[in-house]
Amino acid sequence: MITFGKAHKFGDDINTDYIISGRHKFKTLDMDELACHVMEDLDPGFYERCRKGDFIVAGKNFGCGSSREQAPLALKAAGIAGVLAQSFARIYFRNSINNGLLALVCDTTGIENGDELEIDAGAGNIKDVTGGLEISSSPLTGVMLDILTEGGLVEYMKKHGRLTLASGGD
Amino acid sequence: MGKTISEKILSAHSGTDAVAGEIVIAELDYMMAQDGTAPLAIRSFEGMDAEGVARPERVALCIDHSAPSPLRSVSQLHAVMRDFASLHGVELNDVGEGVCHQVMLDKAHVVPGSLVIGADSHTCTYGAVNAFATGVGSTDMAAGMLSGSLWFRVPETLKITVKGKLREGVYAKDMALMMVGDITADGATYMALEIGGEAIDGLGLDGRLTISNLAVEMGAKVGLMEADAKTLDFFKGRTSARFEPVTSDPGAEYADEMEFDVTSLEPQVACPHTVDNVKALDEVAGTPVAEGLIGTCTNGRLEDLRAAAAVLRGRKVAPGVRLIVAPASREVMLRALREGLIEVFIDAGGSVMPPGCASCVGTHQGIPGDGENVISTANRNFRGRMGNPEAFIYLASPATVAASCVDGKIADPRRYIV
Repeated sequence: MITFGKAHKFGDDINTDYIISGRHKFKTLDMDELACHVMEDLDPGFYERCRKGDFIVAGKNFGCGSSREQAPLALKAAGIAGVLAQSFARIYFRNSINNGLLALVCDTTGIENGDELEIDAGAGNIKDVTGGLEISSSPLTGVMLDILTEGGLVEYMKKHGRLTLASGGD
Repeated sequence: MGKTISEKILSAHSGTDAVAGEIVIAELDYMMAQDGTAPLAIRSFEGMDAEGVARPERVALCIDHSAPSPLRSVSQLHAVMRDFASLHGVELNDVGEGVCHQVMLDKAHVVPGSLVIGADSHTCTYGAVNAFATGVGSTDMAAGMLSGSLWFRVPETLKITVKGKLREGVYAKDMALMMVGDITADGATYMALEIGGEAIDGLGLDGRLTISNLAVEMGAKVGLMEADAKTLDFFKGRTSARFEPVTSDPGAEYADEMEFDVTSLEPQVACPHTVDNVKALDEVAGTPVAEGLIGTCTNGRLEDLRAAAAVLRGRKVAPGVRLIVAPASREVMLRALREGLIEVFIDAGGSVMPPGCASCVGTHQGIPGDGENVISTANRNFRGRMGNPEAFIYLASPATVAASCVDGKIADPRRYIV
């Protein structure tokens, strides 16, 4: 599937406290409520500027810090279609896949804030329409791909009851 | 071919010959979630249409991050946890039991050689007792509760050898901050650490736990150490379970090896707003502080409280400074009480909180004001971490926090103890 959206550019080491602060996330499981506060300590007004289908474009180590799954969930609820980063912190990466939110590892240095992006997640192809760049990313494989394909780990477990490597073709 | 500790533990729990880079599905010895992650794990679990928890005796839920509850909405989430625990027969550690990680250790739910997940990023702490323990999110926790197992990428290992002996007034926290400053926030991403050497051997278990606690601040999956007599001594009388410590093989392959020497290490401070922004205390001495926090899963254990009390005994916190002390668990608090440490904190003008996370994550018990500087023994100083994006957080050892509260500005603890 090909999706289009605008890039919201951030730097390195964007931690999960910045994505959704602990002072909000302990209060509720209502992700629409949490969505209003995504990135607010780092970039006040981010939620208001965010349009459905937009992408976050970051440097290295996106999602470092706490294990809160509210980070990818609140981004998703804010309309973010996925995150492109040079690298991800491992717990965030798992949480993102487990909730069916795209997380692509690629060279993001050439993408500018506000650029229009065209993304073919299945093939791992990223086109920066504004900047005229074509960027490739390494596609997911194995059990991670299976989980993403099922629409997340809840759906996967509902269907299979337990994790298995069989269908992944590792 | 020789194996690392991670490869050996993941092999034993997956029934495979696990090598770094491979994906395995491994049986979990224990699973833990806290009040910031358990409610979502319960929702995910229910979404999986599960009939029940596969091994209820291997699951613990802990109410520690907002404990006691500061808000009606939080109270409702705590109630969700209590109901789930009672319905499925899993252990609930309610308000006052302490920080989840210390509870897991005090109750010996984690033992050497075991495989443990926790829905909290600082689960990597138990590496110090030779367990492969790592943080996961809520839905991974739910999948673990449902099936008793989880998928893991077998990590590459970064071997860290720490030579030398710490000088008086310099602690495990200073050693850990030195490593984070050098390795940086993503220097060990996806990797396991194997940390050893004479400086680690010389530490008590409490100090080792401080170092492994900060493994995730370098991006690592776990901060493993080998078990020794001190480790085994800790578990004596806590469990009748049989366990087998795991060592790395002589021919084990490491992604990288690093060496540090702590012989001339000075007290360290992590400055706002990242944990790897580490400086020698000298460089920031004199910075005014409004609040000090001693506690958390990093530094809320008995050795930490003793080090802080050694500075504070017979002294007073400076006017205008708030000192908050939160012992890591009920057991730690009781022992501190019997040793007279709690009295020292109260005499000095400190406020002693119930065992738990206190203001570390900005939910309650000491949210700083705008423009204020906080000096804390915790593991994170991200902007907004303690509940106010306009505050500035410095991280240091318990003795440094205590000395800074006495002076009202960041201060070297050695002037009070050496």
